[in-house]
Amino acid sequence: MKTDHELAIAATGLRKSYGDKTVLDGIDIQVPAGTIFSLLGPNGAGKTTAVNILSTLISADGGQARIAGHDLTAEAQAVRAAIGVTGQFSAVDGLITGEENMLLMADLHHLSKHEGRQVTAELLERFDLVEAAKKPASTYSGGMKRRLDIAMTLVGSPRIIFLDEPTTGLDPRSRHTMWQIIRELVSGGTTVFLTTQYLEEADQLADRIAVLNGGRLVAEGSAEELKRLVPGGHVRLRFSDPVAYEQAATALRETTRDDAALALQIPSDGTQRELRAILDWLDSAGIEADELSVHTPDLDDVFFALTGSPVPAQSTGSSDSADSADSADKETVR
Amino acid sequence: MSTATHAFRDNLTMLRRNLLHARRYPSLTLQLLLTPVILLLLFVYVFGNVMSAGINGGHADRAEYVAYLVPGILFLTMSMTSLGTAVSVATDMTEGIMARFRTMAISRASVLIGHVIGSVIQTLMALVLVLGIGLAIGFRPDATPVEWIAAAGLLALASLALTWIAVGIGLVSPNAEGASNLGTPLTMLPFLSSAFVPVHLMPGWFRWFAEYQPFSPTIETLRGLLLGSEIGTKNAVLAVAWCLGLTVVGYLWSKAKFNREPRR
Repeated sequence: MKTDHELAIAATGLRKSYGDKTVLDGIDIQVPAGTIFSLLGPNGAGKTTAVNILSTLISADGGQARIAGHDLTAEAQAVRAAIGVTGQFSAVDGLITGEENMLLMADLHHLSKHEGRQVTAELLERFDLVEAAKKPASTYSGGMKRRLDIAMTLVGSPRIIFLDEPTTGLDPRSRHTMWQIIRELVSGGTTVFLTTQYLEEADQLADRIAVLNGGRLVAEGSAEELKRLVPGGHVRLRFSDPVAYEQAATALRETTRDDAALALQIPSDGTQRELRAILDWLDSAGIEADELSVHTPDLDDVFFALTGSPVPAQSTGSSDSADSADSADKETVR
Repeated sequence: MSTATHAFRDNLTMLRRNLLHARRYPSLTLQLLLTPVILLLLFVYVFGNVMSAGINGGHADRAEYVAYLVPGILFLTMSMTSLGTAVSVATDMTEGIMARFRTMAISRASVLIGHVIGSVIQTLMALVLVLGIGLAIGFRPDATPVEWIAAAGLLALASLALTWIAVGIGLVSPNAEGASNLGTPLTMLPFLSSAFVPVHLMPGWFRWFAEYQPFSPTIETLRGLLLGSEIGTKNAVLAVAWCLGLTVVGYLWSKAKFNREPRR
């Protein structure tokens, strides 16, 4: 357990309903400073609502949160001073140019004219927007708008940055650029709270991932930890010599044969301890495979296993929905 | 810097943003200005003789009607530019950047204050333009410098009041079209005032409304200041009371609506 000041974000029991629709059903989030945290979930899971609450845009119906050590409701202005938000819908002023957008941010952060110009020039350069700087932001492509959006968020050097689906709608190239940008942010000590519906994105970027489904966190851990939640991990031994293959298949019980590929699969959770045990076992049996690979289930498997319930728990409102909500209860991975 | 100086700087920043918008996209304002200018020319050159004859008991005098009409047209101009304010506020509220402003450590009111001051400046510029056209077609005020200052103050106060109401209309409208519809009654009010025809020539059942609604007393006060006609304590008090009252109501209304949690 981290103490409060080491946590950039510490939230407990956040709830939000719109009418009789529960969007967030009591979620706890802890994000250590200087790390990337990803809230992963399908559309409608409540990701944007979580960002909106944590970034002071809307208030929660219940629960508490401290952002950068400040209470979310009592010290909203202090929270705002510490955070930067890039929402799902581009938060740029389309009527004015990219440069004017940047200078607007500099003014609102009360930078001096000189500082404002300097920061603007640096960020436009860094985000490859120098050429487009004098054009109205409404003429920008999706990727450029998103880059400008993040550049504007960075003007005040926020310690904590919220990115709500930063790559949704971007082409693969722009997506990789965005990932690079996010990695650079964290290397500078910034904390990033990221929502995404892309497993690959969470896998690529996040130190910790929380899976949100139907307003509840159904799992939390590193990408590797989450992958181990679902069965299907195995060590694969491939042979080039059919004789060696047959010998190994006879010597090793509990394996699955793949005769066509001359490969054996040994169930494994992929931990170092298990891997060492398997290697010791192979050595003692005198088996030498031409290729050994460890396969863990990918995040897709995890995602569908965790969120695959046909109907989000709270939307049916019937008695068995409560059961399914319980069965989907949070699995904590340590 | 203290909170107050921060707030002041935020107001200036937002004002600059709004003036930049207005300068880049002047078409809305110019389009709205067309209506009062066309009506001015229409009522002077096409209906001028009939209108003045009707008012003067049969004696047609177009020049006299120019003098009567221009103060009313100035207020029509003001109501048209406030419609523009309502539309631009509604549009601005649908922009993604509003969410950014709400999550920044800035003075929240600055977003609205920027709109209001920007709109008042634009309105005053529009009034100067329309007044210039009025002077060109024969409007001859005989105001002293003090009366000119008082007239300018009255116009500024009235435009502040109308602008705050327009900001409120913009905030409760879901989009630009909604704001345009909701703001239309505001642009109809000058027609139901003493802008075109004196109140005492209107039908009795309607007269009380025309006499006491915000535009008539304000227009009569402006006429008195510019042309030396009788203002009357009732009109002067009503004019100032309406302006201050609407400013306060519009401000409180707008503030409440803006601080309301944005819809998801």
